[in-house]
Amino acid sequence: MAKSDALLPISAREEDPLLSDGSRSDPNAETHGRRRPVKGLLAVSFGLFFIAFYVALIATHDGSRSNDVKIESDGTATKASRAHLAGVSEKSNDQLWKLSGDRNTVAFSWNNSMLSWQRTAFHFQPEQNWMNGPLFYKGWYHFFYQYNPNAAVWGDIVWGHAVSKDLIHWVHLPLAMVADQWYDANGVWTGSATFLEDGSIVMLYTGSTDKSVQVQNLAYPEDLNDPLLLKWVKFPGNPVLVPPPGILPKDFRDPTTAWKTSAGKWRITIGSKINRTGISLVYDTTDFKTYEKLETLLHKVPNTGMWECVDFYPVSKTLVKGLDTSVNGPDVKHIVKASMDDTRIDHYAIGTYFDSNGTWTPDDPTIDVGISTSLRYDYGKFYASKTFYDQNKGRRILWGWIGESDSESADVQKGWSSLQGIPRTVVLDTKTGKNLVQWPVEEVKSLRLSSKKFDMEVGPGSLVHIDVGSAAQLDIEAEFEIKKESLDKILGDASETEEFSCQKSGGSTVRGALGPFGFSVLAHESLSEQTPVYFYVAKGKDSKLITFFCTDSSRSSFANDVVKPIYGSSVPVLKGEKLTMRILVDHSIVEAFGQGGRTCITSRVYPTKAIYGAAKLFLFNNAIDATITASFKVWQMNSAFIQPYSEEAVRALSRT
Amino acid sequence: MKKMVVVKMIMMVTVMVSEASMIEQTCKETPDFNLCVSLLDSDPRGSSADTSGLALILVDKIKGLATKTLKEINSLYKKRPELKQALDECSRRYKTILKADVPEAIEAISKGVPKFGEDGVIDAGVEAAVCEGEFKGKSPLTSLTKSMQKVSNVTRAIVRMLL
Repeated sequence: MAKSDALLPISAREEDPLLSDGSRSDPNAETHGRRRPVKGLLAVSFGLFFIAFYVALIATHDGSRSNDVKIESDGTATKASRAHLAGVSEKSNDQLWKLSGDRNTVAFSWNNSMLSWQRTAFHFQPEQNWMNGPLFYKGWYHFFYQYNPNAAVWGDIVWGHAVSKDLIHWVHLPLAMVADQWYDANGVWTGSATFLEDGSIVMLYTGSTDKSVQVQNLAYPEDLNDPLLLKWVKFPGNPVLVPPPGILPKDFRDPTTAWKTSAGKWRITIGSKINRTGISLVYDTTDFKTYEKLETLLHKVPNTGMWECVDFYPVSKTLVKGLDTSVNGPDVKHIVKASMDDTRIDHYAIGTYFDSNGTWTPDDPTIDVGISTSLRYDYGKFYASKTFYDQNKGRRILWGWIGESDSESADVQKGWSSLQGIPRTVVLDTKTGKNLVQWPVEEVKSLRLSSKKFDMEVGPGSLVHIDVGSAAQLDIEAEFEIKKESLDKILGDASETEEFSCQKSGGSTVRGALGPFGFSVLAHESLSEQTPVYFYVAKGKDSKLITFFCTDSSRSSFANDVVKPIYGSSVPVLKGEKLTMRILVDHSIVEAFGQGGRTCITSRVYPTKAIYGAAKLFLFNNAIDATITASFKVWQMNSAFIQPYSEEAVRALSRT
Repeated sequence: MKKMVVVKMIMMVTVMVSEASMIEQTCKETPDFNLCVSLLDSDPRGSSADTSGLALILVDKIKGLATKTLKEINSLYKKRPELKQALDECSRRYKTILKADVPEAIEAISKGVPKFGEDGVIDAGVEAAVCEGEFKGKSPLTSLTKSMQKVSNVTRAIVRMLL
């Protein structure tokens, strides 16, 4: 039956998709989630004995009896405890582990065949990685990444390095920087590169000192004539920036690429927080060695917590191209983006930059950076992303770090953890003016092998097996239309507006009048495991239609130790537009792009059966009333053959 | 003399109260106040630790509990040879807690990037729950795995205070 009882009203953008069990986060928790320890003596003497008595009572109470949480035998906390945990778990994106939940209680062990299938073929992934300072120099794209050489978990962070001619085919290079100075002894963390006018490069990066203070350090290539930028030199006068007064020593990291001010100085911004307010500090410099801190902040938003990996860049209001970080002017808007430590979500907002005092204000303060309803680069698993200006092709490239959604046991067993999403171009959506649009870089197409084209009409409640042979490495581009007769019938029907949310409306098996319909990837022929990527068109106010784009990983795997959320958001669909989606499938990662990249969803999935030859592709239409037409092309995708370091591998790649 | 004794008592109680109240205040924000307080109170470092320190004490408890559970798993191989497969899986899971989760949590919490600490701590609970599930309802390790899940929940709540 058509859903009319979803929990939330439809808004232009999805509510925080954290709450797969339907509970809202406790609003109080946001303001008191972090208490300062109360030090010092309580001076009130008349209440002392009462308090002492109470404390004595607590301390002697049997600690093993919990009044607050009942842990069920299947490992899930009950609803009551979840409400109590609201300020805690609900804020964290993926961390709603629901063990041995709905579908089976069979104990599960990963075998090596299942685990080795998960390794992707055309995504960048060494053992462990995060995002650093990508750049293009002398014919090569460089990727510097946070790397743990010792384990498949975060730790012992140093700078890995890889190069590519095309952002797709990479060869690993030796480590660029290791933790060999007191000012980065505890970690060579995230940084950004800036090109100077003479074409040289400076890198600013965060070091965790031997006392675990977060400081900013300067480094530059040892030899600018080396296109591979193999060796880096750390400035002997490091650190160049230490936490300023009022900023805690562990709240000062991830300096951005610098941009030129109208006064001719370089300016950077660094994310931080003051109590629970996320902020971005601003510094000016002429030589990257000494800095002047501005009194103003670039921006701040209360109750958003620590801002990590802040990014700040211009986008053209009129042209579909990238802009150098220093560009400014009337035809330009500026994006402020931050990775929210609390929720592991990358949020951004569009606004106006005021160069005279280094401040920025959002166009729409109701969706300011970091507020749960504000825009996200990606509605799935995507964090610590960063853009860089690719001067080679005049585009701005966005690149995100995609962590695992499985257990660390599995990561240890398979020997690796986390990867990079496919790089995306990012521009302002010149049609809506209110969001960015992202799209996989053109070079991904070089991986396309054979293809098959399909045109079909799919009636309500249908499922079609799309035979493309192997289905673990695919690029799918599709266009959908709901047949006019179906639409007219539904719009004419005087029924109420429908409330829908990808996360809360039960997933792809719940049928509505106009959806869900789309593809089911990494699907077993029995459909016991599958990952649907779909549109759901809901009837909103005034007979307007609202379109949602979702990925449902809730039945992606039998495994009970992986996280299986339903991700997604509404997606703007303009008059006359057909519904389009693109899906890149690469083993354990699925990247979905709705309406040309207005809404993007990255998911990690770990099927146990729908692997190797058993992974299939289906087209489905679960709508009750609507018939859809689907016109799509499916390509097999080649491997990118990412090579470990060797001189021949570099030579081979340089010839491409 | 009597006055001195009374003053001393008041001071002692005052000191007791203020020490307990830091732990108490922190533990109130966790899903299991009693467990939290008993773990932290019983540790000599608890009385003078800040939030980060309290989190590290609990990570240490996770480590201790994992070590204890592994010992128990090892002793079960002889006593209950029919459970070998489940014990193997549990062994793998608990070794992950010791080799991956705990070091990750310690490093992340100490260095001020607590979210990776949260990951490690959550995973400890997951690994314990998976191990428990291996026995299909007839687990010889239930009280140990349940403990791990509870300690993991409490620790996670404290780690989140550092975000």
